[in-house]
Amino acid sequence: MKRFLKSINIPELIRPLGQLVFFSLGTTIVLSAIVLVFALILDRTVVGQTLFERLNVSLFTYTLINLPQVAIDGLTIGFVYAAIALGYTMVYGVLEFINFAHSEIFAVGAFVGVEILIALDRFGILAGASLVMAYVYLILAIVGGMLAAGGLAVAVERVAYRPLRHASRLVPLISAIGVSFLLQDAIRLVESLTTGQFNRIFPTFGNFDRRVILGKMALGTTNITLGVSIKSIIVIVSAVLMLVALNYLVNATKVGKAIRAVAQDHPTASLMGIDVNRIISLTFLVGGMLGGAAGVLYALKFTRIDAFVGFFPGLKAFTAAVLGGIGNMTGALLGGIVLGMLETYAGSYMGVFTMGAAGTEYKDIFAFSILILVLIFRPQGLMGANVAQKA
Amino acid sequence: MTKRFWIVFSLLIAVGMVFIGPAAAADQIIKIATQSPLSGDNSAVGVDIKRGAELALEQMSAPLAKMGFKVELAPFDDQANPDAGVANAKRIVSDPAILAVVGHYNSGVQIPSSEVYHTSGLANVSPANTNPKVTTRGYLEVNRIVGRDDVQGVVGADFAAGKKVKSVFVVHDKTAYGQGIAEFFKKRAEEKAMKVLGFEGTEEKANFDSLLSPILAGNPDLVYFGGMYGQAAVLFKQAREKGYMGMFLSDDGFDSTDAVKIGGQTLLDGAGTFYSTVSGPATIYPGTAKFITDFKAKYNASPQPFAAQGYDSMGISLKAIEAAAKAGGNKLPTREAVSKAIRALQDYAGITGKFTFNSIGDPTVAKYFVIQVTSPDPAKWNDNPVVETLDIAPPK
Repeated sequence: MKRFLKSINIPELIRPLGQLVFFSLGTTIVLSAIVLVFALILDRTVVGQTLFERLNVSLFTYTLINLPQVAIDGLTIGFVYAAIALGYTMVYGVLEFINFAHSEIFAVGAFVGVEILIALDRFGILAGASLVMAYVYLILAIVGGMLAAGGLAVAVERVAYRPLRHASRLVPLISAIGVSFLLQDAIRLVESLTTGQFNRIFPTFGNFDRRVILGKMALGTTNITLGVSIKSIIVIVSAVLMLVALNYLVNATKVGKAIRAVAQDHPTASLMGIDVNRIISLTFLVGGMLGGAAGVLYALKFTRIDAFVGFFPGLKAFTAAVLGGIGNMTGALLGGIVLGMLETYAGSYMGVFTMGAAGTEYKDIFAFSILILVLIFRPQGLMGANVAQKA
Repeated sequence: MTKRFWIVFSLLIAVGMVFIGPAAAADQIIKIATQSPLSGDNSAVGVDIKRGAELALEQMSAPLAKMGFKVELAPFDDQANPDAGVANAKRIVSDPAILAVVGHYNSGVQIPSSEVYHTSGLANVSPANTNPKVTTRGYLEVNRIVGRDDVQGVVGADFAAGKKVKSVFVVHDKTAYGQGIAEFFKKRAEEKAMKVLGFEGTEEKANFDSLLSPILAGNPDLVYFGGMYGQAAVLFKQAREKGYMGMFLSDDGFDSTDAVKIGGQTLLDGAGTFYSTVSGPATIYPGTAKFITDFKAKYNASPQPFAAQGYDSMGISLKAIEAAAKAGGNKLPTREAVSKAIRALQDYAGITGKFTFNSIGDPTVAKYFVIQVTSPDPAKWNDNPVVETLDIAPPK
C-alpha cells in the first residue's frame, strides 16, 4: 500500500487542477473586465438609455448582476468542449492529422449512453430508482458510452487510417471526413431500423434537473436567481476528473511516456522497443473514450440528441484545440474553456450591447473571429505547439 | 410485322371508340378524385380524409343524380410523397370525367401536384394544406378550407393578449415557417400594446444558456417560439430549469408527442404551455354531431383530424359542379366552369364552418385553435384540451 502511494506522482495530480482553476478564473476575469468596460462606455449612450427604459436598470448594473450566471454557464460548456478537444489534440499529437470523425465518435457515445438509459427506463427501473442508484445508472451509461466510443475509435483507426499512414497528409484527412459522413448515416440507419425515430431523448430521472440556488439579486423590477443545475455540476466534475486522469496517464505513467515518445518520433520510438501501432491504437482508445463520455454528458445537459448531434460540438472543439495550440494538451484545456466562455459571454451580452440588432444568433461569429485573429497573430495557438509535451 | 401490328391495333382502338363513345354520352359520369396518403406514416389521417369525402359523396350527390349525372369517387394514394402526388395528378387530369380534386394532406405534396391541376384548369379543394404558398400563387383552381400558417402568429398574439400578457420575448428558428410566424406574432403583439423585450433567431438545438440570460433578465410574462418542437421543447425545458415561471406559447410545429417527451413536467409548471393550430379534433366544431355518428356507423371508427374537412371539401365540390351544370343548361360542365363556380360560392354551410373563398382561394374566415398541454404523459398528448377557438380572415 505504501509503495503504491509512493508511486503516485502527486504533483502531476495537482498541476492540471491548478491549471484548470487558473484558466477558468483567468478567462472569467478577463472577459468580465472587457464586458464591464463596454457596459461603462455604452451606459451613457443610447444603448444604456434603451435598456433603462425597458428594464429600469442601468446597463452597468445589468451586466454586473448577470455576470456570475454567465460565467457558470460558460464554464460548463467550456469543459465539454475541452473534453472533446483533447481527442482531436491527442490524435494530432501522435499522427499529425485532424481526426474529423471524432465528432461522430462523440455522437456514438451519446447514443449508446442514452439508449442504455432508455432501455432501463422501458423496464421501469429508472422511475423508481433511489438517488444513489440514479447516479449508478448514470455512471453505467457514461461507461457504456465511453467503451462504445473508444472501441469505435480504435476500429476506425485500424480500418480507415492505418493503411494510409504513409500516404501524403491530405489522404487520411479525406478518409476521416468520409468516415464522419459514414458514421452519421450509420447512426441514422440503425436508429431508423430499430426505433424508427430521429430524435432520442434523455429520460428524466434522479435529481439531475434540480437546481442549486446560490442567491437572488434584484434587477430593476425583477429578481435574477443565481443558480447552477445539478447536471451542470455533474458535467463539470466529470470533465475535471477525466482531464486530471488523462493528464496523469500521459505525464506520469510508463504508457504515457511511450505515447509522448511516439508523438515525437515514430521510428526512434520503435527502436526503443515501443510498439508504435499499439500506442497509436491506445491513443485513439483514450481519445475516443473521452469523446464518448463527453457525448453522454452533453446528452444529459441538453436532453435531445439526433444523428447529427456531433457536428457543432465537434467543430467547436476542433476550434478550441486549434485556439489552444493543436497537439498541446494544456492548450486544448485552455482553448475549450476560452471558447465556451467567449461564446456564452458574447451570446448573453451582444443583444443588449447592440440594442437587439445583433443578438445571440451571432455569437459564433464572435468566437470564430477570435480564432482568426489568434491564427493571424499567433499561428501556433495560445499555448503554442509544445513539442516536448505534445501527446 | 410491326406495321401490321399497328394497323390492327389502330383498328381495334377505333372499334373500341365506336362502342365507348355513345355509352359515355348516355351515362354522364362525373368523377371527383381524392388525393391523400392512404399508405405509410400519415395514412391514419389520409385514409380518413378519403372516408370523409366518400361519406359526403353518398349523402350529397342526390341533386346531381336528379339532373342525370352519375357521380363517382376516384381515390388516389399520394403516399405523402410529392413524386407520387404529381404522378397521380397527371393520371387525374388525363381522365376527362374528373371535374374536381379533394386533396392533399401535406403542403409539400399539394404545391407541386396543383401545378399539374393548374395546367388543365382542374379545380382542387384542399382540406388540410396550410402553407401560404398553396393559395398565394393565385391559381383560380386552388382553394382551401383551413387557415394559413402566417395567421397563426396573430392567433398567438391575440390569445396572449386575452391572457393579460404584458411583456413577451420572441424566439424563432430562422426558417421561412418559424420566422414568418414569429414576425406576425411580434407585429400583432405590439399592436396589442405588449412590450416585446426581444426578437431572436437561433439555429441552436441544444445549448440555450446564453439566449436565456436576456430572457431571464427581462422576466417576460410570455416566451413565444416560432418553429418546430425539437428546438422549442428544449428551450422551454432549459428556461424552466433556470427558474422562469411564465407562460410558453408556440405554433403547430409544436404539435408532436416528442415535445412532451423532451419537456415533460416542465411544460406544465408555472403558467403552462400552449400552442396554436389550424385544426381541432372533429368534436370541437358545431355541426359535426351527425357527421361523427354517420362516420362511426359506416367505418366503425372515430374520425381522425381533417376527416370533417374532407367531408366539407367534397360538399363544396359537389355544390359547385351542380351550380356550374345548372348555369350551363343541365349539361356536363367544363373544368373551368367548375373552378369558377367554386370561387363564386357564397356562404357554403359546411359542418366545420361557413365558406366563401376570396380572390386567391383562401376562406374569408378560417378557424384557429389554441391548445393547452395538460399531461406530461406522451400517450395523452391528443387529450390536450382546446382552450380557445378563433375566426380570422386571411392576410391581404
